[in-house]
Amino acid sequence: MLSRTADHLYWMARYIERAENMARVLDVTYNMSLVPNAAESEAALWLPALEISGNVEAYERDYFNETQQEYTAAGVIHYLAMDMNNPSSIYSSLRSARENARAVRVAMTSETWENINSLWLEFGQFFGQDLSQSGLSEFCDWVKARSHLFRGVCFGTMLRDDAFSFVRLGTFIERADNTARLLDVKYHLLLPEQEEVGGAVDYYEWSAVLRSVSAFQAYQKIFSDTIEPWRVAELLVLRRDMPRSLHACFDEITSILEQLSSSRATECRRMAGELHAKLRFGKMRDIFQHGLHEFLSEFVTANNKLGVEVHKTFLSIS
Amino acid sequence: MKKSQPQFFNEMQLDLAASSPDGVREIYKAYHQWLKNVPHHQLNSKRMEAELLFRRVGITFNVYGENDGAERLIPFDVLPRILSAKEWRHLSTGSIQRVRALNMFLHDIYHDQDIIKAGIMPATILANSQYRPEMFGVDVPNQIYAHIAGVDLVRTSESQFYVLEDNLRTPSGVSYMLEDRKMMMRLFPELFRQYPIAPVEHYPQVLLNNLRAVAQTNVQEPTVVVLSPGAYNSAYFEHAFLAQQMGIELVEGQDLFVRNNAVYMRTTEGPQRVDVIYRRIDDDYLDPLVFNSNSMLGVPGLLSVYRNGGVTLANAVGTGVADDKATYIHVPAMIRFYLGEEPLLENVPTYELSKEDDLAYTLAHLDELVVKEVQGSGGYGMLVGPAASKQELDEFRLRIISSPASYIAQPTLALSTCPTLVEEGIAPRHVDLRPFVLSGKTCTLVPGALCRVAMKEGSLVVNSSQGGGTKDTWVLEEEVEAPSKAKVNQVEEMVC
Repeated sequence: MLSRTADHLYWMARYIERAENMARVLDVTYNMSLVPNAAESEAALWLPALEISGNVEAYERDYFNETQQEYTAAGVIHYLAMDMNNPSSIYSSLRSARENARAVRVAMTSETWENINSLWLEFGQFFGQDLSQSGLSEFCDWVKARSHLFRGVCFGTMLRDDAFSFVRLGTFIERADNTARLLDVKYHLLLPEQEEVGGAVDYYEWSAVLRSVSAFQAYQKIFSDTIEPWRVAELLVLRRDMPRSLHACFDEITSILEQLSSSRATECRRMAGELHAKLRFGKMRDIFQHGLHEFLSEFVTANNKLGVEVHKTFLSIS
Repeated sequence: MKKSQPQFFNEMQLDLAASSPDGVREIYKAYHQWLKNVPHHQLNSKRMEAELLFRRVGITFNVYGENDGAERLIPFDVLPRILSAKEWRHLSTGSIQRVRALNMFLHDIYHDQDIIKAGIMPATILANSQYRPEMFGVDVPNQIYAHIAGVDLVRTSESQFYVLEDNLRTPSGVSYMLEDRKMMMRLFPELFRQYPIAPVEHYPQVLLNNLRAVAQTNVQEPTVVVLSPGAYNSAYFEHAFLAQQMGIELVEGQDLFVRNNAVYMRTTEGPQRVDVIYRRIDDDYLDPLVFNSNSMLGVPGLLSVYRNGGVTLANAVGTGVADDKATYIHVPAMIRFYLGEEPLLENVPTYELSKEDDLAYTLAHLDELVVKEVQGSGGYGMLVGPAASKQELDEFRLRIISSPASYIAQPTLALSTCPTLVEEGIAPRHVDLRPFVLSGKTCTLVPGALCRVAMKEGSLVVNSSQGGGTKDTWVLEEEVEAPSKAKVNQVEEMVC
C-alpha cells in the first residue's frame, strides 16, 4: 500500500486513541473533584491532568494572566477538551483523526469512514457548551463510546491486510504511551511518602486511576483485596490479560510487526522485541527497586523511538 | 430578478396553467400522476433525509476562498429529469460523434496539422495558450487524447438540443451522476419498480477497462492510479470515490517519483511501477520541471517519461486546445472534415468578437446576449445580458472593447426547465446536462448524465460554484414496440 496511506491510517488511529485517553483522564479527575477533601486545592487536583499530556507550560502561557495565576477546573477542562489551539485537546485529536481519515477514505471501508465522519459531525453538538458547568461526564462517555465504536467498525469490516495492521499499530503505540504517562504522573503525585498510604483519599485516588483505564473491576476480580499501589502498577505494566497494560500493548505491537513482514522492518522488530521482553519477563520487585518513575520514563522514551522507527521504515519511504 | 416566462420549454408539463393531464409530456405521465399524490412535506422530508446522508458519507466540496474546513453540499433535488430512449439515442450518438472528431483533431493538431492545411482551422490556433508544443510529434496509445469527455448540452424545445461546450481536460461531476442515482433508489424505490430506468452503476468498470486498454507498457495487468491534488481540492470527494469504485490507488504527487524512464509510487513494500495515471490535476501543475515550477502537486520528470512512452496520462496533455471556446466554433466543420458525417448535435450560434461585424453586433445587442471569456470556466467572467443591470452592462462593454478577442457572444438560450423542489413548492428551474463519453478501447457512454439545475428562480447559471444543484437523470429503456433495440441503452457502444 501507499506509504502516505499507511501514514494517515496510523495517525488516524493514534488520534482517536489519544482522544479517548484524554477523556478518561478528564473524567477521572472530575470524579475526584467530587470527593470531599480529595486534594488540597482545585489546582492540585487539576494540574496532574495537564502533566499527563505534557501541557503545563502551554497552558500557563495561554490561560494565565495578571489576575489569574491558578489552574482552575474550568480552564483545564476547556484546554484539554475543546481548545483548538491545544494540539492534544480532544477537539484537535478528533479533528486530526477525521482529517487523516478523509485523506485516505478510499483505503478504509465506507463504514469506517462514515463512522469517523459522523463522529466529527456529532462532535459539533458540544461546541459552545461549558463542560465545566455541566455535561462533562456525558461528553467523556461519548468520546469513549465513539472510540469503542471506531475500533469495532475497524475490526468488524476491514480486510485483514496492511491497512488494518497500521490502524492497529497506531492504536497500541498510542495506548502504551498514554497508560505509561498516566501511571507515572499518578504514582509520582500519590506517593510522596510511602507511610501515608492507606487513607480514604488514597483509596479514591487509586480506584480513580484504575477506573481511568477501565481496570477497577479487573483489579477486584484478580486481587479481591484492598487497593495497593504496587498492585495497581503491576496490573497496568506487567499483566498481559489487562487490555490497556503496557504488556498487552506490546503483545499486539510485536505480533503486528511480524505480520508487516517487510525485510526492512528488522530494526522495528528488534526494538519492539526488546521492550516486549522487559514486560514479559520483568518482575515488579525489580522495577520498584530500579524506581517505577525511571522505568516508566525510559519506557515512554523507548516507545517514542519505536514510533520514529516505524515512520522511517514504513511511512516515509523515499 | 426576472420571472420564468411561459415560453421556456418545460420538460414535464407543456402548459403549467392547464390542470388536465393533457399538457403532460408522455414520458412524464406516470411520474406526474405519482407526484400529484405525494404531499409536499413528504418530499421535503425526503430532501432532508438525502442531505443528512450526503453529509454523513461526506459528499461535500470545498469552496475556494472560504475558511478552511468549510465543506458544502451541492443542493440535491429529489425530482428527477426524465429522458426517453429516443432522446437519449440522439444525444449519445451525437456526443460520441463529437468526441471522436475531437480526438482526431487533437491527434492531427499535434502531428500533420491537415486541418490547418485544408484551411478549415486558422493557423492562429497554434498560438493558443492551451496548445502545448511539448506534445508535438508525441504518439499516444490508440490516438486517444480525451479519454473522459464531458459534453455540456442544453435544450430549448421538444427537438432542439445544443452543445454548450466540450470539457476535455479534467471534467468533473460523474460522482454526482452515480451518487444521485444511489440516493434516488434509496428514497423512492417504488418509482424504480414502475419505470424502466437504465442503470448507470457500471460507469467505474467501463472507465477502468478503457484506462487499462491505453497502457503502453507491455504488461498483462497494468497498474492504474487516480492522481488528485489532495483532500483540499474542491473535487476531492470525486477523486476518492472513483478510485474506490475502481479499486485502485488514489495518489498525490508526493506519492509518485520518476526513475529510469518510469513512474513509481512509494508503498510500504517499496517502489511500485505505475502504467496509467488518471490525473485530475491540470496540465500546468503536472510537472514542475516543464510547466509551473512552483507546483507542489505534480511529479518532477513526469512529462519526460510520458513523452517517451513510459506512462499513459488520461486525459492526455494538451487537450485544452480542443475545448477552448475559440475552437468550439469549428467543431461542426471538424466532424465533416474527419468523419465525413453531418454533425448530429448543433453548436450554439456564436459571435467571435475578434471579427469586426460580430463585435459591432454584440455591442449593439449586449442586453440580449450571453458573453463569455474565451478561456474562462465555471461561470466566472461571464455576462448574462438579459439578467444584468445597466451598470453591469456598461462595465462589461468596456472590458470587451479593451480586448475583443478574449470574448465570444451567444444568444441567450431559452434553457428548458424541469420541475424542482424549492422553498415555495414545486417550480420550474433551468437545467443542463453533462453526459460523460469514455474513450480508450471503445467510445462509450453509460445511459445517464450529470444534470445541473439553477436553484434560483429565473437563473440560467447552473454551475455549482454559483449555487447550482443536481438532479438524477433517468434515461428510460427502449419502448416495448421496438423490442429489437430493447437493450441498446444498457451499454451504448460504438467502436471508435
